[in-house]
Amino acid sequence: MHCAIANEALPLAANPELESQVAKIAVELRCLVCQNETIAGSNAELAVDLRQQIRDQLQNGKSKEDIMAYMVDRYGDFVLYKPPVKISTFILWFGPFVLLFAGLWSLLRHIRREHIQEKTVRDSVDELSQARALLSSVKKDSK
Amino acid sequence: MKRFLPLIIFASLCVFLVIGLQLNPKEVPSPLIGKPTPVFELPVLDQTNTQFSPEQMRGQVWLLNVWASWCVSCRDEHPLLVEMAKQKLVPIIGLNYKDKDPLAIEWLSKMGDPYQLSIVDKLGNVGINYGVYGVPETFVIDKNGIIKYKFTGPLTTTAVQKELLPLLAKLNQ
Repeated sequence: MHCAIANEALPLAANPELESQVAKIAVELRCLVCQNETIAGSNAELAVDLRQQIRDQLQNGKSKEDIMAYMVDRYGDFVLYKPPVKISTFILWFGPFVLLFAGLWSLLRHIRREHIQEKTVRDSVDELSQARALLSSVKKDSK
Repeated sequence: MKRFLPLIIFASLCVFLVIGLQLNPKEVPSPLIGKPTPVFELPVLDQTNTQFSPEQMRGQVWLLNVWASWCVSCRDEHPLLVEMAKQKLVPIIGLNYKDKDPLAIEWLSKMGDPYQLSIVDKLGNVGINYGVYGVPETFVIDKNGIIKYKFTGPLTTTAVQKELLPLLAKLNQ
């Protein structure tokens, strides 16, 4: 058991800088076997292989963009935790804001309408008392 | 009309929910469809000196079936592949994915061998190039070496009859 732990830990000790770079890329990629895990977090065999793939490519001087493109070419946009902004993902990116503004707009409209209603009620109350005052003064005059 | 607005919004949310529940999240569309098969050269199972590359299948419509002796769903799918091979529907090439040769050979002798040949992808690198994530997977490749379709998970009789056969007929025209 101890032996196994030592074996696992070796690559980390060998090049901590490379490992941190691998981890940085791996947290942005989805493991397609356990779909709610990242490649960094998953223990699925495919995730282990893909981490190795990232490691190899980094050692060959590939950039993060190269590796991301490599993954998308093979597994599709689904492999990215942060989907790219394009026509098919417009609803995904902007839909929530549209809903938010629609909600705000209808809320404002509602408030404004209540306000107007209240004002007309207030106005009519004023008018009523004026009318009463007028009426009573007319009555007084006729007496 | 106005009174029913909340109800209408709620109902349309329900519709989206029902559609969402019926989708299969495991079925991720492959970006490789419509693209040429990734190039590789790998040894053939049980004939280690022979190499296979997809180029050799030029001019034929063929299937690339990813399998392994450790894969449980492959067991479900296998009799169907054997049946398809018997009927000579289409040449099937096996990609033996991350397996051990003796186990793979034993598996084929026990369950029947539907493959024209199987190639050995011990490290799974060719698998990664084909975007394999759930064995078994089956790729349909046309005469020009273009990937036309991909089945993820075990093939079923329905999928073969409703999707594969019409597609093969179209590609073979």
